[in-house]
Amino acid sequence: MSVILKTEKLRVEFTSHEFRQTKKVALVNLDMEVNTGEVFGFLGPNGAGKTTAINVLLGFVPPTRGAAYLFGIDVRQPIARQRIGYLPEMTYYYKFLTAEELLRFYAKIFGLPRMEADHRIDRLLKLVELEPARKRPIKSYSKGMQQRVGLAQALINNPDLLILDEPTSGLDPLGRMKVREIIQRLKNEGKTVFFSSHELGEVETVCDRVAIINQGELKASGRVSDLVAQHHANLEKAFLDIIGYQTQSAS
Amino acid sequence: MNTIWALAGVVIKELYRRKDFYVLFVLTALITIAAGMVNFFHDPKIVRYVKDICMLLIWVSALVIALITTARQIPAERESRTIFPLLAKPVTRWQFILGKFLGCWLASGIALLVFYIFFAIITGSREQNWPWLTYLQAIWLQWAMLAMVIALALLGSIISAAPSSTTTICFIAIAGILLVGGHLNTVALNQSQPLQTIFYTIYFLIPHLEWFDIRDRVVYDWGLVSWLDCVLATLYAAAYTGLFLLLTWIGFRRKSLNT
Repeated sequence: MSVILKTEKLRVEFTSHEFRQTKKVALVNLDMEVNTGEVFGFLGPNGAGKTTAINVLLGFVPPTRGAAYLFGIDVRQPIARQRIGYLPEMTYYYKFLTAEELLRFYAKIFGLPRMEADHRIDRLLKLVELEPARKRPIKSYSKGMQQRVGLAQALINNPDLLILDEPTSGLDPLGRMKVREIIQRLKNEGKTVFFSSHELGEVETVCDRVAIINQGELKASGRVSDLVAQHHANLEKAFLDIIGYQTQSAS
Repeated sequence: MNTIWALAGVVIKELYRRKDFYVLFVLTALITIAAGMVNFFHDPKIVRYVKDICMLLIWVSALVIALITTARQIPAERESRTIFPLLAKPVTRWQFILGKFLGCWLASGIALLVFYIFFAIITGSREQNWPWLTYLQAIWLQWAMLAMVIALALLGSIISAAPSSTTTICFIAIAGILLVGGHLNTVALNQSQPLQTIFYTIYFLIPHLEWFDIRDRVVYDWGLVSWLDCVLATLYAAAYTGLFLLLTWIGFRRKSLNT
């Protein structure tokens, strides 16, 4: 099994330019590896550094120290992003476009020939169940539909690696289930999926391995079953133990 | 180049699916038609007034369309977060800037063409005269001028996040250049030091947008500008546009984008 995503001693510091210059360390020596074909959950409480790590992987934020690689290529090279798909947390896509036009736009960016683009757009709109709404402007879509069109755009280049940032956040149970089904289907197709989430039940259902970070530091990583066995509890309890949270009853 | 054209295509679609252009066009058409019906001072050459008013409206409308369309591009991408899935694809920030520039420039060009066709129909129907080459030069020079304006507005939009403030600041700067930019050297002559140096420096640094304004030639039928001057003006516009785009890229290149 080859490594598809790797971070080495990744450190990110932000300097605040407000009244007093303060330095905030968002990631501390993060070492992580994701193998081909696995669904990898990236967990942590709010403000733990999950989105910052994803931002580094996508080249939005330069690392202060250390390095990150996708397919063995430094993430600072745009070509590293040729074979990935990315779904950000709640994005409002160009509301004056239809789903079909949006996907055609992204297909053009990848230089897909017209026939190939048509074929992929049809397949993806079916996959995310937006076929009946393909000619409707995105501004008329519900939140769940917008999230699904986002998932379709992330898949337009038939990526080998999918990076999903809290893909089910803000969705109702039905929307969450649909997104989870799509991830499951992608897993069955042999895609590598890296996703951050707060929904531990969902992570337990679909992930092969997880990494848990807190305050920018990697606290644990491994197979979900191993973590659960190690802590003699379900994933939620194991997660709370790992980040050092003491429940009232325990304290 | 595929990426740049794809980005430009979205900007053009945005122009014709939003109401700004239609509102300005209808307004220009109504004012021009209304002006054409009034007989100013019983002047037999009334059509000159109509042409003057219509050309002024075309200049103002084209500037407003170019500025509003451009100033919102990058802030809107950030606000709606579409910049993240876009830059997560193999799109460099330079391509992003160029795509946005090209889209805004082409969109402004399309708007300009529609306005000039209307102008040609209105004045041609009155005068039975169609000086196509003069119109062509007027469109081209105005479009070249808009390239500088658009590049400047893009630069402004990475400095200020609010499209309204970028539009206002750019509009004031551009109006200032158009109205007084060409006279700064004369003003400098009557100043003492160090004001004289300051005025001269500003005079030589600002892009002279007023050089691209050949409205009087169109209105009073003064004939064509020499083609060599057109070429030189185009090169001048290209140089300033390139400079503003480069500064935009330098500012945007290192900008951290936090989702």
